[in-house]
Order: sequence, then structure tokens, then C-alpha cells
Amino acid sequence: MSAASEARAHPPLRTVRAGGVSFRLNLRTLGLVGLAAAALFALAAWSLTLGSFPIPLEGVLRAVLGRGSEDHEFIVRTLRLPRLLSALMVGAALAMSGAIFQGLVRNPLVSPDIIGINQGATLVAVFWIVTGQGRTTLAPVAFAGAVAAALAVYLLSWRGGVAPNRLVLVGIGLNAALAAGTTYLLVRFPIEQVGAAVAWSAGSVYASTWSDVTTLGAALAILTPAAMVLMWHLRILQFGDDTATSLGLPVEATRLTLVLVGCGFSAIAVGLAGPIGFVALMVPHVARMLAGAMTASVLVLTALLGAIMLLASDVVGQYFLPVTLPVGVITAVVGAPYFLFLLYRSNVRL
Amino acid sequence: MVASAIPVTTDASRWRLARATVLLLLVGALAVTTLLSLRIGALGLSTSDTVAALFQYDPDSYEQTVVRSLRLPRTLIGLGAGAALAVSGAVMQAATRNPLAGPSILGVSSGASFAVVSAIYFLGISTPSGYVWFAFVGAAAASLLVYGIASAGRGGATPVKLALSGVIVSALLASWSTALLLLDQETLDRARFWSAGSLAGRPLDIFWTVSPFLVLGLAGALLMSRQLNVMSMGEDTAKALGLHTGRVRLVSALLVVMMTGAAVAAAGPIGFVGLAVPHIVRVVSGPDYRWVLAYCLVVGPTLLLGADIMGRLVVRPAELQVGIITAFCGAPFLIVIARRRRVAGL
Repeated sequence: MSAASEARAHPPLRTVRAGGVSFRLNLRTLGLVGLAAAALFALAAWSLTLGSFPIPLEGVLRAVLGRGSEDHEFIVRTLRLPRLLSALMVGAALAMSGAIFQGLVRNPLVSPDIIGINQGATLVAVFWIVTGQGRTTLAPVAFAGAVAAALAVYLLSWRGGVAPNRLVLVGIGLNAALAAGTTYLLVRFPIEQVGAAVAWSAGSVYASTWSDVTTLGAALAILTPAAMVLMWHLRILQFGDDTATSLGLPVEATRLTLVLVGCGFSAIAVGLAGPIGFVALMVPHVARMLAGAMTASVLVLTALLGAIMLLASDVVGQYFLPVTLPVGVITAVVGAPYFLFLLYRSNVRL
Repeated sequence: MVASAIPVTTDASRWRLARATVLLLLVGALAVTTLLSLRIGALGLSTSDTVAALFQYDPDSYEQTVVRSLRLPRTLIGLGAGAALAVSGAVMQAATRNPLAGPSILGVSSGASFAVVSAIYFLGISTPSGYVWFAFVGAAAASLLVYGIASAGRGGATPVKLALSGVIVSALLASWSTALLLLDQETLDRARFWSAGSLAGRPLDIFWTVSPFLVLGLAGALLMSRQLNVMSMGEDTAKALGLHTGRVRLVSALLVVMMTGAAVAAAGPIGFVGLAVPHIVRVVSGPDYRWVLAYCLVVGPTLLLGADIMGRLVVRPAELQVGIITAFCGAPFLIVIARRRRVAGL
């Protein structure tokens, strides 16, 4: 992406001073954020009109505001809105988690999917399903699995500090061990239970409830501001540990906070929706191609793009295929060709 | 030699002797493992029966028939697949200069899985022999697609582009497989055993079908070891030394396709051997690829057969698929190595 970034060597920056606070705004990024937000809003509104009982756009807007007919309100507010909001927030969480991990490890191929976090959730959830435990406890249990895996990766790669490369290798190791455990469960148990487990591990926002939405919303409300602040530290960290230390940054503490926030995003998403691949890997790349190096505002763009991608995939999987497919299957099918095209066309900055 | 008077050279030759000795010991370990693989299983056999089955086969003996018809194919496939996976992992790591590269970086496993799942779903094929060509073609097609996309744009197939397109194509194929598996439970029921990766239940002709690819790929890789040494110094250095890096990467990719395609066609997707064995081996062999490849050739099959033997023992009289064991055992190894050494220096 060097050519594109050279074109952006002098971005339209504007310095804002208000009282004791001053910061610089990148107008181009701001414009992109506005565009993405508008696109997301339009997509969300349109997706609410779709379904086996189509509702015109006007009816949808009325129902959302609580002024529609009773039928419309039930369909929109009880059935479609929770799923829509879950999809948006899961997408945003996954995308931000990917951005944090890729920055932390300075390796573009890293996403929480490959360092064991998703597999931790999957192993525990598959065990929960094939042994016939209760469905209501599935989400918290999967969340616990993701957190435990993240913790194990962090502790196992600690050796007087956490070198990013070690973190990835240890993560891949743990990922493989956990995946083997999952495979074992899948060949060991009868096919009826296994089918349900495979369906969960495809990743889906089907059957989201308002309580899921509340959980996700609360988690994002805490983690997103933290992540935006941390982007500044992350950029210093990317100069290398020595430079960062000499600039006065507590390197290990920063890294731990970043890992915690990144894992938090990914664990909450995978706990509620299953291991949806590809979003965390791909969306940060797209955001960086559009807007340049990862800053707090580019992180917001990343979150919006993640939400768009997940919502669009869910809409496609739900309504535009001969068979209904879970969103986790679609994210790859929708995203991969686009990403491959980008890869073919541009010199991706990596 | 005049140079041997200089102390440094003496160290070097002693180092070479040490590496050769260790290699010899490892060959011994491989021989023992092979014998054990023929002996151990649900039916315990004596060493004399095992040896007799190989050299003075008596078709009336039940024990010897077990060795010939069940244990021998399984052991041969284990030897071939282990060597192919380990060597191709080392080749990929050198050619892409990425310590995390393994055969799967070219999308081999997911390509083969997708082809096999499709064969089961659309054509109703259900025997390991029926899967072989689908798996091979799937693996080859996926990796050619990955390589094609990576090399099409500006700058050719740089390591990072190769790795990226590999990850993306794998994710794409894996999700297509998942879609088919979700649509039909019977397909899932058949495919889940294949995709765990196993050496069991394969007839001997599967080994003969894939062996030309194994032999060609392994021979080619060993001949490439000097070029890989130069490659591993870095793109710029390699070019400055006169190496045609694009061509070397292409040839390595073709060799890897042949080897891993054959391995996955015979045994299913066995993860981790290709990624972990080169790292494990480098602890002893050092970074010289002439040694790394030779060690991989010996250590890969030893570990794969060892894992298979372990799979026959842990839940006796049932068996665990070797793919599960390799991951369970390889993972702690990788973690230990990641903690002990700097993983750079490729």
C-alpha cells in the first residue's frame, strides 16, 4: 500500500484547540467514518424490512420508535432488532480485537482466531453441547473458555516479559491442542449431538435476545473507549520495545492492557455468537488500506466496517440464498473474494 | 587439508561430526519406531512374527496376515506422510521466511478437505481409496490458486502476500466445507473421521498411488537445500548473490504441493507435523538447510509413527486418530521451544 500511503503523506489535518485540550483531526478519516456510519445505518434500516413478513421502511421506523402497529412492533422489536444489534456489535468487537492484535504483534496474519481464543470457546462449547448440558449456560461457558485460553496463552508466553512473536507461537500451539480436543469430541460422540455442535461452531447470531444485546452493549461501552485511548500507546509500542521504554512507556503493562482489551472484545463476541472467522483478520486490513495507520479514529472506522461486514453477511445468509446459512459461513464467502481482489490489485501495507 | 590447522575449522568439522552422529542415532530411532508400528496394536504380536511377515510371509498365519494387510500399509503411509509433511514445512519456512509457515499456508489441508467433503456430499463416495484423487486434486488446486493470486499483483509472490492469500483461501474453502456439512448430517458423519487425519484403514494401493509424488517431492526438496540456504538470508541478499528468488519460490511451492498433496490424500489433514518438526529439528541441526531437511526426513516419520502408536495405546482397544495425537503432543513441544529460543534466525 506504499503508493496509496504516499498519496496520503500530507493528510488534511486540522488542529482543534478547545480550552486546555488540543488534538488533531484527520478530515479524510473523519469523512470515511461518516460515510461508513451512514452506510451502516442504511443497511440496518433496510435489513429490518426483510423477512418472511416484509415490512415497509416507514413501518420499520415507526415500530423502532414505538409508534407502529402491534404486529410490526412485535416483529421488529422482539424478533429482528436484537439480532440486528447483536450482529452489529459482534462485528465491531471482532474487528477491533483484530486491529489490536495485529498492531500488538506487528504481524498482519494474526487475529484472535489463530492464537487460541476462539478455539478455547469452541472446545468448551462443543463439550457443553455434545454432553447435553443446558443451552442457557452456553454463552457464559463459552466466554469462560475464551478467557481461559487467552489467559493460558499470556501466562505461557510470559518469560520476564511477553515478546509478541512468542505470544503468537505459543498461541498457535495452544490453538492446535484445543482444536485437537474439539476434533476428539467430534469423532467420539454420536452424530446427533455432533451436528448441533458443528452448527454452533460455524458462528451465528441467530436467536439473539435483548439480554445478549445488553451484555454486548455494556462490554463495548467499557472496552471501546479503552481501546481508543490505547491506540496511542500501541503506536509508540510499534517503534519497538527499546524506543517505547526510552519514551517512558511502561511496555509490559501496556501490552497486558492491550491483550486484556483485545481478548475482552473477542471473548464476548465468540461467547455470544460462536467463532465467527475472518472479520477480525480482514476488516483491520481494509480500514488501514482506506485510512492509513491505525489511530483512534481509524479504530472507529474499523468497528463500523466490522459491523457492516457482519450485518451484510447475516442478511445474505438469511435471505438471499436457497438455504439459510449461519453468518460465520458467509463472512468468509463474502469477504474472501474482496480481500483477494485487494491483495491482487494493491501493494498491501503490512 | 591445510585449513584444518585453524582452530575454527576444527570446531566446524567437529560440529559436522556431531550432527552426523545425531542423525545416525535418529535413523536408528526411526527403525525401532517402524518395527514397533508393525508390532503394536489391538492385537499384540511378537517381534519374530512381525519380521517373518515381512521376509518369510506365511499366508496361513493370522498374525502375519494382520501385519501384511493392516499394519504394513499404515506404517508405510505414516513414513511417507511424516517425511513429506516435515520436509515441506521446512521448505515453506525457508521460502517464505516466515517461522509460522507450514504446508497449510498454501491452503493444502482446506483444499483437500473441501474436495473430499464435496465428493461425499455430491457423489456419495465413502472409502479412503475413493478420496485419494479428490484430496490430491483439491490440495493442488487450492495451492495453485493461492500461489496464482499471490504472484499476480505488483511485486510478485512476496512472502507476506503468499501467506495472506493462503490464509484467505483456506478460510473461504473451510467455510464452504462447513456449509455442506451443515446441510447434510450424513456427510458430516463420514467426513468427520476423514478430517481428523488417520493412518488406519487405508489399503496398500493408496501408498503406491501417492508414492511417486512423495519421492519426486522429497528428492526435489533435498536438491534445493543450497538455494533454500541462500533464500533464508533474506530477499535482498539472495538476489545480490545471484539467486532467482521468484523461481526458487515457485519451485518450492510446486514441491510442497506434491508432497503435502500426497500426504493429505493418503492420511487426511494431519496438522502440526509440518509446522513443528522443523522448529524442533533446528535445536539440534542448526540453521543450515542441508541438515535441517535431512533431519526432517528422519524425524518427521519417527514422530508421526510414534504418535500413531500412541493413538493405538491410549484408548485401547479403540484408537485415537493420529491427527489428534500429533496436535496434542506437538503443541506443548512448540510452546516449550517458543519459550526457550529466539524463533527468529530463519
